[in-house]
Amino acid sequence: MTQTELKTTPLFNAHQKMGAKLVDFGGWNMPVHYGSQIEEHHQVRKDAGMFDVCHMTIVDLRGSDVIAYLSRLLANDVAKIAGKPGKALYSCMLNNEGGVIDDLIIYAMAPDWVRVIVNSATRENDLAWMRSQLGDNAVELTERDDLAMIAVQGPNARVLAGKALGDDIAGAEELKPFNAILINQGADNERFVARTGYTGEDGYEIVCANEQAESVWNGLYEAGVRPCGLGARDTLRLEAGMNLYGSDMDETTSPLESGLSWTVDFSDPERHFIGREALEKQKNNGIKYKFVGLILNGKGVLRAHQKVIVEGEGEGELTSGTFSPTMQKAIGFARVPVGAAEHCQVEIRNKLLDAKIVKLPFVRNGKVLSG
Amino acid sequence: MSDIPQELKYTKSHEWVRVEEDGTLTVGITEHAQGLLGDMVFVELPEVGESYEAEQDCAVVESVKAASDIYCPVEGEVIEVNEELEDAPEQINVNAYHEGWIFRINPSNPDDVDNLMNADDYAALVEAEEH
Repeated sequence: MTQTELKTTPLFNAHQKMGAKLVDFGGWNMPVHYGSQIEEHHQVRKDAGMFDVCHMTIVDLRGSDVIAYLSRLLANDVAKIAGKPGKALYSCMLNNEGGVIDDLIIYAMAPDWVRVIVNSATRENDLAWMRSQLGDNAVELTERDDLAMIAVQGPNARVLAGKALGDDIAGAEELKPFNAILINQGADNERFVARTGYTGEDGYEIVCANEQAESVWNGLYEAGVRPCGLGARDTLRLEAGMNLYGSDMDETTSPLESGLSWTVDFSDPERHFIGREALEKQKNNGIKYKFVGLILNGKGVLRAHQKVIVEGEGEGELTSGTFSPTMQKAIGFARVPVGAAEHCQVEIRNKLLDAKIVKLPFVRNGKVLSG
Repeated sequence: MSDIPQELKYTKSHEWVRVEEDGTLTVGITEHAQGLLGDMVFVELPEVGESYEAEQDCAVVESVKAASDIYCPVEGEVIEVNEELEDAPEQINVNAYHEGWIFRINPSNPDDVDNLMNADDYAALVEAEEH
């Protein structure tokens, strides 16, 4: 594929100016790093970094039946946030077999408006599925490709973002974690600011018009926020114990075996969400695998698809893996037999290496939790 | 364009080879290759005393991003490995052609090195890959 066929975000020129190494990322020409992926990782853990996440898909759902629609569409219960303007909820969208079509975040902005942010690679599939499930619901679905998104993450991210964007973000200073706010509504510089992210650090995800993206990006840079590529985004989310769609779960895996049971809400017996029946059947038959963190005891690097051997219990598989810049050890996520306890072995290039099984996350707010 | 020293020989798989005064060959990966791989975090060195054929995989370098095999440029026996890389794999990023060397071999046939690429040919290969 030549570069001209790749999609570019409104920040493409800014990336080139800042010396980004650009790669084909699911059809998008995206920065993987701006020099050193590891330095960018530490920048987010210790100070503040920003990511171009314009490739993510923003969808607005509007209409009087939006809550009823999402109540059936999503495995998590939208009732938790309905009537709480700005509140966010993480959920899986399942197929009838209980497999994961995508994971997403929804923001209940108004009784008749929910903003949904889904992944980039799954965009067409998600939109087709969401449309196919509309039925008679009074819900209008609009993809917002007129909007850009920048994630600002790190212990100093909120202070620096406030400095960079001026008074208009001040309303967001009081924003609680997992909440969003709309500021400068109706103006050219309308911004949707959410206190969410994918790094395990505090910060914002800022959504603005495509035309505003470069000035927001440059403003953040001038305030001291450093650009970070998708390489650091991956090591950060791994340390933070956050799943990546397509690696850690997909349409063939159950959320109950992907570390996502906490996002599946069975509490309302009357809520017949898509996939519920299949998941209840799985529970009745007994869940065979659990999703855990692994830390390699010696030197080496854990990678997706490496085989995991648990003595006396059977085999499992790494779904993600990397070298943790914060812990200076190889870490990963794995699906292992439910009986697995503290130790296992990982097969790397025909050698069996010892690894420790730990609870996720590995790192949160700059601190190592699992060592 | 990345640094490609004139005095070295090169392979298609992006190893560099320095012919030492005693006829042994020092091997590493090029500046271009380390740039593509990114921050190095682990190196699996070959065993000293082990013999390899030309183009046989004999070591592995791993960056945060990916693992990459290193191939023996010509047939020979490994006589020394850069053990410093076990604790400081980032030396490959810092200085690919010096501190970042990976292993040294005694070639079975000293003339084999003539079959490797010179700096100009390698520069052309890198150029072609970048476009």
